[in-house]
Amino acid sequence: MPIDILMPALSPTMTEGKLAKWVKKEGDTIKAGDVIAEIETDKATMEVEAVDEGTLAKILVPEGTENVAVNTAIALLAGEGESASDVSAAKAPAAAEAPKAEAPKEEAKPAAAPAAPAVKAPVAPPPSDEDRFFKNTQTMTVREALRDAMAEEMRKDGSVFVMGEEVAEYQGAYKVTQGLLQEFGPDRVIDTPITEHGFAGLAVGAAFGGLRPVVEFMTFNFSMQAIDHIINSAAKTLYMSGGQMGCPIVFRGPNGAAARVAAQHSQEYSSWYAHIPGLKVVSPYSAADAKGLLKAAIRDPNPVVFLENEILYGHSFEVPTDPDFIIPIGRAKIERAGTDVTITAFSLQVGMALAAADKLAEQGISAEVINLRSIRPLDVHTIVESVKKTNRLVSVEEGWPFAGIGAEMSAVMMEHAFDYLDAPVVRVHGKDVPMPYAANLEKLALPQVDDVVTAAKAVLYR
Amino acid sequence: MATTTRRRAKPAENAAPEPTQEELLHYYKEMLLIRRFEEKAGQLYGMGLIGGFCHLYIGQEAVVVGMQAAQLPGDSVITSYRDHGHMLACGMEAKGVMAELTGRAGGYSKGKGGSMHMFSREKNFYGGHGIVGAQTPIGTGLAFAHKYKKDGCIDVCYLGDGAVNQGQVYESFNMAALWKLPVIYVIENNKYAMGTSQQRASAGELYLRGSAYGIPGKQVNGMDVLEVKKAADEAVAYVRGGNGPMILEMKTYRYRGHSMSDPAKYRTKEEVNKMRSEYDCIDHLKSLLFTKGYADEESLKVIDRDVKAVVTEAADFATNSPEPDASELWTDILVEA
Repeated sequence: MPIDILMPALSPTMTEGKLAKWVKKEGDTIKAGDVIAEIETDKATMEVEAVDEGTLAKILVPEGTENVAVNTAIALLAGEGESASDVSAAKAPAAAEAPKAEAPKEEAKPAAAPAAPAVKAPVAPPPSDEDRFFKNTQTMTVREALRDAMAEEMRKDGSVFVMGEEVAEYQGAYKVTQGLLQEFGPDRVIDTPITEHGFAGLAVGAAFGGLRPVVEFMTFNFSMQAIDHIINSAAKTLYMSGGQMGCPIVFRGPNGAAARVAAQHSQEYSSWYAHIPGLKVVSPYSAADAKGLLKAAIRDPNPVVFLENEILYGHSFEVPTDPDFIIPIGRAKIERAGTDVTITAFSLQVGMALAAADKLAEQGISAEVINLRSIRPLDVHTIVESVKKTNRLVSVEEGWPFAGIGAEMSAVMMEHAFDYLDAPVVRVHGKDVPMPYAANLEKLALPQVDDVVTAAKAVLYR
Repeated sequence: MATTTRRRAKPAENAAPEPTQEELLHYYKEMLLIRRFEEKAGQLYGMGLIGGFCHLYIGQEAVVVGMQAAQLPGDSVITSYRDHGHMLACGMEAKGVMAELTGRAGGYSKGKGGSMHMFSREKNFYGGHGIVGAQTPIGTGLAFAHKYKKDGCIDVCYLGDGAVNQGQVYESFNMAALWKLPVIYVIENNKYAMGTSQQRASAGELYLRGSAYGIPGKQVNGMDVLEVKKAADEAVAYVRGGNGPMILEMKTYRYRGHSMSDPAKYRTKEEVNKMRSEYDCIDHLKSLLFTKGYADEESLKVIDRDVKAVVTEAADFATNSPEPDASELWTDILVEA
């Protein structure tokens, strides 16, 4: 059978081009890889190479022809044992039958994609029986709770290991990994060089290779060095591989402002990472949150960004003693029930919201405080159910307002609670400036209890 | 042997046994398969059946075929976006690779990854990565996992002469050397990082880029599959022996542009033609097969026909496999716990 040589597309956007020159003549023998013609696109002149072998039987489009559409037959190639004259006689130029299938046509687009989950009613959060664990508790700091979570998971699963800067011999820059080297040894508690991009990528590779890395960033500020691997390598590869390449990894460390360390060391990353499909983003407040969520994060088959807070490390809370205690990712916690206004917060700001609720109570206002705990997936159900009751929402976060978590809360209210709102959502957030060093300016830049009180009163028109 | 350190154990340089007829014919078939596959991919791209970026491996076939011949089952492989040849060499099916190029349900990533993002856990091929250099720490991490699990396997991590100027490559070299990870970094130096020649982009010799870390490096004629295989054997023995990483710089050449839409004006036609006519890895092996009396025109024609049949079948499959179902838009974002 003679073969049609088609006008090729030579760039992702080319639809037609000029057949500038025939390099081969009719009757020439052609081998795979030979340059047969030159084509001008809107960008450049490109060479067309033969794929099949044979004799150039007939040129259908003469050189110099402009606006030749992609996939037009431009010549006929006679195969082995065929002569050029056979081809010319047997085949009309228009009968392009060699390519068995055509390129997918524009109009053959798939039917409208299934509706995005966002427009569906909020899904109930994963079931949890965490309350029953609080019968027997002990007091511990967030720092100890995080360490215990890692130690328990490492005892349970030999593929779990911890790596990061100063996590082993130094016992952690903030002492979160204290004692792990002594218990698990240097093969599983690994001091890295100061090489965030490198060790984040290495840990992703280890996760692809069947391990469960827990990567500590000394602070999340330094994760910006590694963000390509968190997003492009860890978060997207499952999708890009059609479901083959899961990446069970935890990136953890302190997030947000500590105290007096200025702009480069005081940044809040929840909205950065929560933007990314393929990541889970968790930000605990209490020691119980820290322990239950970190255990869930380590067991999760997906990449989890685990945002801690340096100031909270030394705070103490009651933590269940039962080793089976775990908090499923995706479930918010109502820290304080109320009826007049809903206040959402996460991490250190939960404490701020609770303090504000105390002050509001003194003024006869009953605030419901929701500790988000999980930023992505967000427990929209719990938030919406609360707003159905209070009809008012204040969102509190330490980060910047633009495209922040408060902006997302506002969108969630538009999509799921519009008819229940009695006032516009008010956002309490860090000021839209790089973090200043001076103590007075730093205080001005961060949300304060009175900011939350003022916001709550504003949505109540009081 | 241009090792850069004298203190470390030297890669073994035992006289390798002469390659057998069977081995040579196998290399021939593998290299021809990659070339014919890539030519077909170029054609399908021209027909609009493959979209976006498509980086062809034509000219470089000896590198991956020679390396793969030295590896053992279980060894992992990772590379960047010029990856079709690596997948075929790893034993992934031409049908599945081609169907991924056409964005169809029958592709290795169900049509969701495309030319630059394909994987096969079964064949220990870990991609297929679109960010230049990003495969280097990931490959180093695969080697870390081999060492952690004590499975006796190694990782072969390919990177180009463009990727070697990314900082993360040196972060990886440092950790691999520090922790003696079983990884071979194969620098495929095809002389051009897209349109920028090695001379314009890279100071010094690429095989020496690990010298400050004590990583031995060797420059290899990547246009000759037997020289690649010999260097690979030595490197595999060295790395599997627990001596830490090694660098192989393969001097090679791509005949086509950087991607399908590259007119390649940064080099002369004469240069390309000289490489194709005088240094082609397939032609070279073909004359060797003739000289040794291992094959004649007729017997190679049989191989050519077999390869062509595989490629034709792949192209048919890739054009007839349906597009992914619309519901696939929402799958594989997270693993269900």
